[in-house]
Amino acid sequence: MRALLLVLLGGGFWTAVFGVSYRVLKYFKGVEEIGPLLAGKLLAIALLSFAAILLLSNLVTALSTFFLAKDLDMLVAAPVDWIWLYLSKLGETLAHSSWMVGLMVVPILTAYGAVFDGGWLFPLVALFTLLPFFLMPTVIGSVLTLVLVNVFPARRARDLLSLVAIATAGGLALFLRLLRPERLARPDGYQNLMEFIAVLRAPSHPLLPSDWASSALMNWLLRIGDPLPLVLLWTTAGALVVIGASLHRRMYMPGFTKPQEGANAVAGRATWQRAASRLLGWLPVTRREFILKDLRVFFRDATQWSQLILLAVLLIVYVFNISTLPLFTGERVPYYLVTLVVFLNQGLGGFVLSAIAARFIFPSVSLEGRQLWLLRSSPLDLRAMLWSKYWVGTLPLLVLALGIGVVTNRILQAPPFMMLLSIITTVCYTMAVGALALGLGVLYPQFETENAAQIPTSFGGLVYMMAAVSLLAVIIVVQAVPVSVQLRNWQLGEPAAPPTTLLLSVAAVFAICAAATVIPLQLGLKRLAALEV
Amino acid sequence: MIELSNLTKRYGRFTAVDGINLTIPRGELYGLLGPNGAGKTTTMRMIAGILQPTSGSVRIAGVDIQADPLVAKSRLGFIPDRPFVYDKLTGAEFLRFVAGLYGQDGAPIERRIDELLELFELAAWKDELTESYSHGMRQKLIICSALVHRPEVIVVDEPMVGLDPKSARLLKDLLREFVSRGGTVLMSTHTMEIAEAMCDRIAIVQGGHIAASGTMEDLRKQTASGDATLEELFLKLTGGFSEYELSDLFKR
Repeated sequence: MRALLLVLLGGGFWTAVFGVSYRVLKYFKGVEEIGPLLAGKLLAIALLSFAAILLLSNLVTALSTFFLAKDLDMLVAAPVDWIWLYLSKLGETLAHSSWMVGLMVVPILTAYGAVFDGGWLFPLVALFTLLPFFLMPTVIGSVLTLVLVNVFPARRARDLLSLVAIATAGGLALFLRLLRPERLARPDGYQNLMEFIAVLRAPSHPLLPSDWASSALMNWLLRIGDPLPLVLLWTTAGALVVIGASLHRRMYMPGFTKPQEGANAVAGRATWQRAASRLLGWLPVTRREFILKDLRVFFRDATQWSQLILLAVLLIVYVFNISTLPLFTGERVPYYLVTLVVFLNQGLGGFVLSAIAARFIFPSVSLEGRQLWLLRSSPLDLRAMLWSKYWVGTLPLLVLALGIGVVTNRILQAPPFMMLLSIITTVCYTMAVGALALGLGVLYPQFETENAAQIPTSFGGLVYMMAAVSLLAVIIVVQAVPVSVQLRNWQLGEPAAPPTTLLLSVAAVFAICAAATVIPLQLGLKRLAALEV
Repeated sequence: MIELSNLTKRYGRFTAVDGINLTIPRGELYGLLGPNGAGKTTTMRMIAGILQPTSGSVRIAGVDIQADPLVAKSRLGFIPDRPFVYDKLTGAEFLRFVAGLYGQDGAPIERRIDELLELFELAAWKDELTESYSHGMRQKLIICSALVHRPEVIVVDEPMVGLDPKSARLLKDLLREFVSRGGTVLMSTHTMEIAEAMCDRIAIVQGGHIAASGTMEDLRKQTASGDATLEELFLKLTGGFSEYELSDLFKR
């Protein structure tokens, strides 16, 4: 069942990526003169994005494979030559951090091969090009990790790396969005065609390996006999491996020893903790201590709280996107269009909420992991534990959801009717999505995962996202008909029909969300009681 | 007291615990011995309420743990064989959290925490995150957590693993003092000397059921072993060891 679902989803995703790439490239190919240039530029941009993802992913993976893996004690104690240890761990890092990008590249390059008649040798050429391209971020990531571990203890380095990786990813996303790339897609902004072609011809930077890789692939596809990009890729990757190996020889053992010396990790009782303790004073002692424990663990674990940075970026980008919609520039946009956008905004906002719940609520029971022996052997009421986790996750989510809803609806100048409907739906959906995340988090626990950020990407996380998005779709469908009827009446200036259908649809949304709240929590509770740890 | 009645645990077709009957009265320290995989840890985890029995019942201080789990568990302190604690809590915070799970807080608990940490020489580390604790320090912290709410019954699985000699001695004295004041202790161990010296009665578990039980004298009588040591009794009851030609193992 699980394998079938993964195959279906993977196949669907690949087909979609291939389909979109194929259509875009087919269109480019039809454009005279600049078609192949556009295709090359697109490939260079895609590969540059992949290079950034690979570098971040390698940074975090290299720390695990080179310094925290469980097999290291055995390997270091065994009579294994340092170079083999280095190369095997480098290979492990490469595989662990690059497989996802590797899978993503396949449908894109298949589309390039199909559109530009790459021939049956093209897959081999692609493999020969991408191997050094993937290897470079792996070596750079492992060298940076090596240096960091020699400066900080490994646990601190892990926190630091998570923070650096997430902050960089967030910053990158924000930077790219604020550049407003959609404006660059309009060639009418350029003075003449030659200027546009000149921009396309110029590599984004001649020293970027992503440009070498895209040139190597496009040279093959356009039958240009220039081996320089491939030579650059392989020689640079080779040189980097040699530099990495020599640094590894000198710095690995001191770095490997350091994490075993243990870090002094003193935690004082910060002001926020005292404030939280006082604020929760009215709760029964068990629930209060449970919530305080969850808050302490969250804010002391960089792999968890650093995701707040991504959340902030996501929200800024979202609000920015809404504010740049061309609705209020120039001539007056019809009333129904604004309302429609407000309605769609609700759907998008719901999706953002689902993603946030996946990050913060879904992993909350899995993170109890090895400590479940304590919770199960103590007189803790499992219902109380589940409710504590539900409210700790859902209340901030609700505040956030209402905040996003109200702010974006104000930007869109939503009419009061849509604002009210949006608020009611947001409250119902948030309560349900919190319960879905928590309930499915219990049904698909990941007790062995130490890194909270990896839990939402598990199979259970996928099931949760599908459930949340399906719920959102159902809500939108239930509301769509009565809302459109109401809008049409207003648009045509007809007297408003009695809002029976509308009220019925609101009642239906309420009932669906209530069921989506109660059922997952009940199932989760049942599973929690039956869990044997 | 602890009462196990026909306690059984099956995993599919494998029976880990096979109808164990056992009564441990107040004021007794009872030892559970057995080879690896005999069913000791499974039995203890069922008593602690972590595993559900397939059939049979567990009563803690007269309360059925399945019928009234919260009351039964509030009278119990459990010390597992592996010391997993929250890495991102300090020692004092962990104990405060555990006390909270038992519905206890305030000045008496703060005093109790200080007292226990002092006793186990953890006071200097009370405000450090447990991620920097050694295995032995974590084990000591878990022992403190089992005592923080003043239980009537303690179930302890392999208590001496990772403890230094001083802490091991402290724990032995502490458990003896606990039973002398009317508490009940069920302890599993692989260290025969500890079991022989500390336990009032012992059960030897083999293949999920009790092969023999009673005082040392009872065990000797049951196995007709004269004045055999516990180790000899244990090996006799559990099938001993195969006749290895150990010298062959180290031949070059």
